[in-house]
Parts: sequence; structure tokens; C-alpha cells
Amino acid sequence: MTIFDTTTLSAAGITAGSAPGAAAETRANIIEATQAAEDAVLTPKDAGAFPHALRAALAARIANEAGENDLAERYLAGAGDMAGLADPSQDGEEEGLAHVVAFADKAANHTRDILAEDISKLQAAGVDDADIVRLCELVAFVAYQLRVVAGLRLMKGAAA
Amino acid sequence: MSRIVHKFTRTVPQWQPRVTPVDLQEATEEQLDALSVTPSNTKVSAYVLTLAHDVESLKVRSPLFNAIMYDPGGMSRAERELGAIGASMVNRCIYCAAVHADRHAKLEKDTSVTDELFAKGEKADLSPRNRAIFDFARKLSESPVAADEADMATLREAGLNDEEILDLILSTALFGWANRLMHVLGDPVREEVPA
Repeated sequence: MTIFDTTTLSAAGITAGSAPGAAAETRANIIEATQAAEDAVLTPKDAGAFPHALRAALAARIANEAGENDLAERYLAGAGDMAGLADPSQDGEEEGLAHVVAFADKAANHTRDILAEDISKLQAAGVDDADIVRLCELVAFVAYQLRVVAGLRLMKGAAA
Repeated sequence: MSRIVHKFTRTVPQWQPRVTPVDLQEATEEQLDALSVTPSNTKVSAYVLTLAHDVESLKVRSPLFNAIMYDPGGMSRAERELGAIGASMVNRCIYCAAVHADRHAKLEKDTSVTDELFAKGEKADLSPRNRAIFDFARKLSESPVAADEADMATLREAGLNDEEILDLILSTALFGWANRLMHVLGDPVREEVPA
């Protein structure tokens, strides 16, 4: 696997030999570490309260909301029976996950408005502290990755 | 007593978690390893102990963070800090903004850029290059992303090359991540000095 096979560069359409591709090669360690971080949030050994399929669905949901459809498709491949949640218009009520979905949406898209009570609501709904941290890491990583992809795509457009 | 800090400042506050951090006495081998706890190094911040709840993420994130912010080549360290500040201002992460404004001021040996940013936000009076960098960082940090082709063109007109632009994207996006941990999982606080 080369850096051009990683989710980040392939979702952005960056290829070897292009100008942004050459820049990415100077930061190959970062592109590889980004893939390792993706694996750690999407398919961790200890998934806590959030199975891999649910993680993939929430990641796809955040990417869809951001208009990063190529990235969303890649996440969605792992979403299995949770795939419905990748649609931002679904509120998670049916899956019994409305509290998790509402929190993920707010942390991803309205970060500045998050309050202490958003965390205490999760605690009141029975989500333990370790799982709250796991959920934040997932949302936060996806927020990072989708911005790297969006930025790279702009670089590619400008180089064309 | 401590109070929550709501205004941007270069004076770094303390960070108070909203969840209970991992208790070092009860940490697993894997957590101790990720925390780099050794008999001679037992001092770990509340923030890192909080993140130790997700040890697999913590382990990969620290080297990634350091590479994006400190690896040689590409964009200057101070300009990477400007990317971090842009993201942190959009997400109103007071703690991250303070740490990285302080670092920017120290690297530049000059507080004027961060003074200006904290006083006037997006209307700050900046050099054309800092203006292009800050505006791109701010727009890349919006949800959904607001940066577009024109912003990319402005970066190039300001003289940034591909390696520098990539570093700006990475340092800004990295703070999209860090802000969603720091600002979501805790509060920036300052001890009240008793009268």
C-alpha cells in the first residue's frame, strides 16, 4: 500500500505525479499516521459501546453533512445494518441511538455551541465516560479527515 | 473557586474535564504505555488522562500531532500556529487558542498578530500573507467547509507553495480534531484569587 491508496488521498483524488501528490510525498509520514488514526477510530480492538458498523455509519453521516460524498461512500462500506444513520435526516430514534446521534451532530457541526450539559445528557442516558471520549475521538477525527480531503481537492483544482 | 474563561486570551487557562479522567493508579499496561509513564515520569495532564479512555486513538494521535506541527520543511512553525488559531477561533476553543496564540507570539517574538486577531477577529489588520493564511484556516474550519477556489488562489498570490499550502491544510484540520476534544470534553478555567 502506498500513500496514494490511503483513504485520505484516494477520497481527494490525489495521484502520484500530480503537484499535490508530490507535496503529499514530502509528508508521507503524516498521511500514513492519518490512516493509522482512521483505523483506530473506525475499527478499534476495543470498540466500547460503539461497534464498528455504528462508527462507520456516524463517520459517513458527518461526511455527508459536510458534502464530502466520496469520503462518505468509503466510510459507508463498513456501516452494515447501521447504514441508515449515514443519512443526516435520520435521527437515530429507531435504533435507540437518538442521544448519540444528536451529540455527534452537534459536536461535528456546531462545535462552538457545545456546553457541559451536552456531556451530562449523555451521562444521564447511560453512556459511560470512556465511551464519551471514544465518541468524541471518532467525531473529531472525521472532522479532521474531511477537512484534509476538502483542502487537497482545492489544491488539485488550483493545480489543474 | 475557579471560573470558566469565555474570552480569547494568550494567558493559558487550566483545563477542567467534564468527564472523570483515567486514574493513573488504576491504568492498564496499554494506557501507561500510551501515556509514556515511566518511574521517572509520572506527571500526566488531566487532558491526556481523559484521552487515555480511548488508548488506541491516543497512541496514534500524539506522533501525528507532533509531525504536523513540528516536522522540518514546508510552512514555518509560526504560520502553522496561525492555522491552529484560525480553527480554534471558529470553534471557540478558548484553551487551544490561548496555547497556540502564546506559542505564535513566542516564535515570532511579537504579540501584535494575536493581539489584533483576538481584538478584531476576522476584521484583524494583518499582512497580506497572514491574511491569506488566517482566512483560509477560518473558512476550512467552518461547518460545512467554506474555503473555495478563490481562497486557494489567494494563498498562491500571497506566495505560498504547494508544500506550505499542504502544511496549512494539515495544521488547520488537526485543530478541527483537537478543538473537538478540548472544547467538548472540558472547560478552560482560572482560579479566583481570594480577595
